[in-house]
Amino acid sequence: MADVLAFVEQREGQIGGGAREVVSVAAQLASEIGGSASALLLGGPGLTSAAEGLSTAGATSVVVAEHEALSEYNPEAYLSVVINHLRSGNFKALIFSASSLGKDLAPRVAAALDVPLGSDVTGIEVQDEVPLFTRPVYSGKAFTRFSIDTDPVIVTIRPNAFPVGDYDSKIQVSKFIPDIDPETWCVRVIERKGVAEGAVDVSEAAVVVSGGRGLKDPANWGVLEELRDVIGPDTALGASRAVVDAGWRPHAEQVGQTGKTVAPKLYIAVGISGAVQHLAGMRTSQTIVAVNRDPDAPIFSIADYGIVGDLFEVLPRMTEAIKALKSED
Amino acid sequence: MNVSVCIKRVPDTEAHIRIDQAGTDIDSGGIKYIISPYDEFAIEAGLRVKEKMEGGEVSLLTVGTNEAQETLRNGLAMGADKATLLRADSYMDGLGIAKALAVEIKDSDAQLILFGVKAAGSDQQQVGPMVATLLGIPCVTEVSSFELGDGVVTCHREIEGGIEVVEADLPAVLTITKGEYEPRYASLKGIMAAKRKPLEEREADFSQPGIHIERLSEPTTRGSGCILEDSPDAVAELVRLLREEANAL
Ligand SMILES: Cc1cc2nc3c(=O)[nH]c(=O)nc-3n(C[C@H](O)[C@H](O)[C@H](O)COP(=O)(O)OP(=O)(O)OC[C@H]3O[C@@H](n4cnc5c(N)ncnc54)[C@H](O)[C@@H]3O)c2cc1C
Ligand SMILES: Nc1ncnc2c1ncn2[C@@H]1O[C@H](COP(=O)(O)O)[C@@H](O)[C@H]1O
Repeated sequence: MADVLAFVEQREGQIGGGAREVVSVAAQLASEIGGSASALLLGGPGLTSAAEGLSTAGATSVVVAEHEALSEYNPEAYLSVVINHLRSGNFKALIFSASSLGKDLAPRVAAALDVPLGSDVTGIEVQDEVPLFTRPVYSGKAFTRFSIDTDPVIVTIRPNAFPVGDYDSKIQVSKFIPDIDPETWCVRVIERKGVAEGAVDVSEAAVVVSGGRGLKDPANWGVLEELRDVIGPDTALGASRAVVDAGWRPHAEQVGQTGKTVAPKLYIAVGISGAVQHLAGMRTSQTIVAVNRDPDAPIFSIADYGIVGDLFEVLPRMTEAIKALKSED
Repeated sequence: MNVSVCIKRVPDTEAHIRIDQAGTDIDSGGIKYIISPYDEFAIEAGLRVKEKMEGGEVSLLTVGTNEAQETLRNGLAMGADKATLLRADSYMDGLGIAKALAVEIKDSDAQLILFGVKAAGSDQQQVGPMVATLLGIPCVTEVSSFELGDGVVTCHREIEGGIEVVEADLPAVLTITKGEYEPRYASLKGIMAAKRKPLEEREADFSQPGIHIERLSEPTTRGSGCILEDSPDAVAELVRLLREEANAL
C-alpha cells in the first residue's frame, strides 16, 4: 500500500491553521492515487492531545514524535526524525507546507533521500494515478505544470492555496519518543523572540491589509489597523517596499519580490501603486481589492474590486460597513 | 577566510515573460538577464566578510549556459576575486543543480558558502539547504545578517512568528535575504578589473532530472475587475460584493 504523509507543524504546542490544509491535501491525493493519508507531528511533551485537533482533516492516523528538544524547530533534529519515520512505512508522497519551516526542512529531506522537490505548489491534478503539480514561476507571470518520477514524490504547498476538507473519519493518534542528543547539533538556536501575542504573520494570514506610500505618514497606520481588527483574527498587515525602506514599517511585513509572497483569500492594497515587484508577491491572492485615488494605478489592472478615491475617506467607511456586516452574523 | 557565493543568471524581474513554441520554457529573445537579486545580496555579504577579515577570497559559482559568463563578470565587477562556470545546456531540477554545485564545493576550502534565499524566476527556495545536506554541513536559511566568531557563525533570521538567533559550526551554508546587504554598484574600475580576473569553465556533473516540465502557461487572466468611483454608496456596494460575490468576508 502506498501512503501519503503530511508533515504537520506546531508552534508553542499549538497546531496552526496550515496543518489542516496539508493533511487535507494528503488525504485528497491518497484517495486519488490509492492508499491512506497519515500525518507526522514533531514537538515537545504533551503534544499528543493537540493532535486530536486534526481528527476531521482527513488523515487516518497521526504519529507524534515527542521530545523536549523538538519543542522548537531545529533542522538537524527534525531532519533525522523525519527520515527515520519515512523508513517505517511505504510512502509514495510527502506533503509539507511552504511555510518558513517547511521551506527550510523539505529541501533537506529531499536531498537526504536523493529525490527532487516541487516547491510552493498551488495546484494538484491526478491523471491515471500520476499527480501533476502546478506552481507559479517568474513571480506569477507564468505557471509551470510538472510531474515527479521519483519515489517518494515530495512537494511543499503554498499556504491558503488549497481548500480544507471536512471528513468524518476518526483519527488514530500514536506517539513515540525519538532518540535525540542536542549535544551533537552543529546548528543551535540561541535566542527566539516570538512576535506580539496574537499577531498573524503576513505570509500565513487568510486576509492581508497592505499599506503603501499613499498613507503619507507612519502615524496614519491606525486606519489600516482598525480595518484589520474588524475583519477578524486571521488578518495581518502588509506593506510595500517603499514604506519599509522609509522605516515606517518592519521588513517582516513587506510583500513582494524582495519581501514575502502571499496568497491570502483576500488582499486589500491601500495606497499602493502596484509596481511589478509588489505584484510579484501577491498576484496569486484569491480576491484582490485596491483603494487608490489614481484611476490609472497599475494595481487596478489585477484588482478584482476597487475604489478610486481618497483612502482617508474610504477606509473608515469600509471599516464601519464591515463592522456592521459582522455584527449581523 | 574564503567564501563561495552561488549565483544564478535570471531574466530581469521587470521583463515581460513570453512562452516559447514548445510551451515548456520562456522565449529568451529580447529579455535582459541579471544576477538574481538575492544572489546580489549574497555577493555583498561575501565581500563584507572579506573586507572585515582583511583576507581570503570570494569565489563565484554558477551552473548555466555559456551566457552565464556575463553574469559571473558582473559579480566579479562588484569585487569578487574569481569565478567558475559549470556548464549545463539542458534543464536541471533543483536537486541536479545542488549536486553539480556540491561536487565543486566539496573540494574547495571555503568556510562560508552563501546562497540567495531564492532564485528569482524559479522561486524554489531549495538549492542552498540541498547543497548543505549533500555535503553534510550546517545550513541556516533566510539570514538577514550574520557575525563570524571562532569556528562559528551567528545568524539573524526574521521568520514567520518571530526573530531567531542561530549559531552554526563552520563550514556552513547560509541563504541570504535582503537584511542589511544592500548590494554595491560595480565601479568603472571594478568593471575593468573584472575582465582580467580568473574565470574557469567546466562541464557540470549532470544527473537526470526527476522533475519533468509538462507545460509552461500564462496565468489565467483575471476578469477585468469591478472598479468603482468613490461615491456615498461605493463602499457599501464593495462590501456587499465582497460578501456575496467573492465570498471573501
Ligand atoms: C529590485 C527591486 C525589488 C523590489 N522589491 C519590492 C518588494 O518586494 N515589494 C514592493 O512593494 N516593492 C518592491 N520594489 C519597489 C517597487 O518598484 C515600488 O517602488 C514600490 O512598490 C512602491 O511602493 P508604493 O506603492 O507604496 O508607493 P508609490 O508607488 O509611491 O504609490 C503610492 C500610491 O498611493 C496612491 N495614493 C497617494 N495618496 C493617496 C490617497 N490619499 N488615497 C488613495 N491613494 C493614494 C498613489 O496614487 C500611488 O498609486 C522593488 C524594486 C526593485 C527595483
Ligand atoms: N544554476 C545555479 N547556479 C548557481 N547557483 C544557483 C543556481 N540555481 C540556484 N542557485 C542558488 O540557489 C539559490 C536558491 O535557488 P532556488 O532554490 O532555485 O530558489 C539561489 O539564490 C542561488 O544562490
